[in-house]
Formats: sequence, structure tokens, C-alpha cells
Amino acid sequence: MTILLFGITKDIIGTSTLSMPSSSEFGSKKSKTVKELKDYLGKMYPELKKLSSLAIAVNNSYANDDTIIDNFDEIALIPPVSGG
Amino acid sequence: MDFNRYQRQTVLKDFGPEAQQKLKDSSILVVGAGGLGIPALLYLNAMGVGTIGIVEQDIVEITNLQRQVLYTESDLGRPKIEVVLERLRLQNSTSKFKTFDTFLTRNNALEIISQFDIVLDGSDNFPTRYLINDACVILKKPFVSGAIQGFEGQLSVFNYKGGPTYRCLFPNMPSLEEIPNCNDNGVLGVIPGIIGNLQALEAVKATTGVGEVLSGKLLLFNGLNQAYQTINFNLQPKNATIKKLLKSYGAELCETSPSISVAEIEQKISSGKSVQIIDVRTKTEFENFSLSQVKAVNIPLNELKGRINELDFQSPVYLLCQSGKRSEMAFRLLLEQNKQLKLFNIEGGVDRFLALHG
Repeated sequence: MTILLFGITKDIIGTSTLSMPSSSEFGSKKSKTVKELKDYLGKMYPELKKLSSLAIAVNNSYANDDTIIDNFDEIALIPPVSGG
Repeated sequence: MDFNRYQRQTVLKDFGPEAQQKLKDSSILVVGAGGLGIPALLYLNAMGVGTIGIVEQDIVEITNLQRQVLYTESDLGRPKIEVVLERLRLQNSTSKFKTFDTFLTRNNALEIISQFDIVLDGSDNFPTRYLINDACVILKKPFVSGAIQGFEGQLSVFNYKGGPTYRCLFPNMPSLEEIPNCNDNGVLGVIPGIIGNLQALEAVKATTGVGEVLSGKLLLFNGLNQAYQTINFNLQPKNATIKKLLKSYGAELCETSPSISVAEIEQKISSGKSVQIIDVRTKTEFENFSLSQVKAVNIPLNELKGRINELDFQSPVYLLCQSGKRSEMAFRLLLEQNKQLKLFNIEGGVDRFLALHG
């Protein structure tokens, strides 16, 4: 699965796209949710957990914590930006 | 109306004199005459929007010129609202202007926004963005939101005909601690030009009904690879039921913060008294450039809460940053922690020192 990073998430993770090779990172469960992905990324990059509003899109649609994701999905991490 | 003037757009089959008349009859409020607001204002005014409102209280600083392309070197130190008004009047003498020489605050937002059909958010901070959202939901006005950071931009039209709001995407306002560089985040000059122009386009579409308005969709623009991506999102019904503004929008800019001018602070320094100046810029900014005449202690804004005990509570605290915005936020943050502190915001920050001394 590919994760596109925007705004400060790009700075935190240090790249503009992240490739997740397989489902193994999440353990053995077959279906994965946005919540599980968030928890995993939060462990890898603790700074992400500080973001109080972080929108997550799955295949260009806004996703909730319980949205199911699979290996072929394109994920985007979208924090709000404030500059003008 | 002078249709000849607008002939190049009234000749468009899908625009025509009808849409032109709708523009003429419309009123659009632009919040912030900065990187986003300037291109939006220039095009809305050129295209024949009948009534244009502008909310702005900053003055023109040298660091604005790289992206706020209406201002010239000879405008440095002048109130933006004055310069903008002069220029827009020259550009289109048939437009009506309503100017508000203030920042948008929870005390004036409803009164100001209620006078317009649609709002274009060109502000540069989260408190104002959430305030605009809530006020527009209460007043049932659509608003065209643009925001930028670095090489990226975001664009959407919120609260349009019952569509989703800003809080449907980003429910909670980020705290000061999670935005390391806050308002003085870097940005490549042309990026707000692109996003501000797209905002003008959306405002024209929302006003005239021509085309499809970017409602329920967030456009993400990345200037580094010319990528445009659209994210679909839905209304969360609870966000449409806001009935009144929050008691506070945190570090929202407000007219009541005590401030001190650069001249006054220099006078204090030269009188030989010890003056407690806290520079709230990042460590890197502070190391790269600090003023030789000012002996400031660097406590970055995002560390301030945790390091509040480093302040001398007995003497006044003068807060300094690059442009005066983060020091304003530091003021709010410190005041929330300790009501007894004697706090002053140094107006215009390091930029103002530089403007005065070259």
C-alpha cells in the first residue's frame, strides 16, 4: 500500500510517499482498518500522535477510523495547513 | 453596467451577461490581504464583483513582498488596507469597497460577515480559520478556503448549499505545540498566488452558479511535482448545527493585547535598564539572525508552556518574533498560564526593527 504524505506529516516521516510492503506489520489479522494503520504509524513516528486533526483519505475519499483498507489502497495523510 | 469592459467573459457561452450581472450584484468578503488575499482581490475586482469587503490590520513588511505582489517597496510600513484600497480603486472605479481596519475576532466576525454573500478565507492562522468556519455556519454563508504551507496548498468551498464544513475535514483546532513554525512557516512565493487565484475562481463560480463548485472536495496541490489531487468528504451533520461562536478561539488575534512599539523598546534598552525580552522564534531562526541591539532570550513558541518558569515573573516580559504574530500567540498562551504576568507584544517584531534600521 502506498501512503502519500502532506504538510507536516512529510516533515515528520521524512519523505513524501511511504510504501508499506505487506500486511505483516499489523500482525496476523486479515482485514485492517484506518485505526490500526494510525496506531501503527503512531508507534513508528510518535510525532504523528500529537496532531489533533489529521484527515486520512483512502483512495481519494475521506476515511473514518473503521474504514477497511487493503494492500492495494492509496492512503493519504492530510493535516490542516494554515498559511496565507 | 459596462458590458464592453467585461466583453471577454460575457462573450463566453457558459458565462454571458447573466453571470456578469450576478457578479455585479454580489458581495464578497476577503479576510486577509496577504499572499492568498491579494491575487484573489485583484481578480475579483477586475472581473466585476460589485461589492468587495477587506479585513486586514497588518502593515506592509519587507518579508511580504516575495509573495504579496500588489505591494511595492515604497509601501513598506504603510497599512495594507490603505495600499490595497488605493490600488483596487485605480483598477476598477465601478466597484464598491467596504474596508475593515481590524483583525477578525469573535467579537466582530458575525457583524462583519453578515454583510456579505460569501467569504474568501485568506487568513494565516488556525484560530481565524475556525472562527470563519463557525461564523459562516451560523450565518449560513459559504466560504472559499485556501491555505498554504511550503510548496503545498489546500483548497475547498465549505458550507456551500448545506455542504460539508471545515470541521468535517479537520474537527479540532490544532494546538500551538503541534505547529512548530506557526505563521512564519516558509512558503515559496508563487504558491499562494496559485491557490489565491483558484479561490477567486471558486468564489466566482459559487456566486454565478457557473460550473461545479469545489464543495465536498478538498483539492491538494503540490507545487514540487505539479500534482493536483482531490479528496471527497461528506457533511458530518453535527457540524452544521453550530448556533454560537466558541467562548475563545485560543490564540486568535484580538485588538486588546497590550503592545509596545519598536521605538519604545529601544528607548528602554538605551536607558540602560535591564529589559526582559523573550524571542519566541525557533532556535534555528534565532541562531541565524538575532538583533545585536536586543539582548533577548530564545524560548521557541512551542516550548514556551513547558519553560514558563524561566521567565522572571517580577518584571515585564516583552515578547518578540519575526513579524509580531507568534509573539501575539505567545502572549495569549502565557496569559492563560499566569494572569499576573505583565506581558507586552513587540509590534512588528524583528521585521519592524529591520524596517527602521535597514
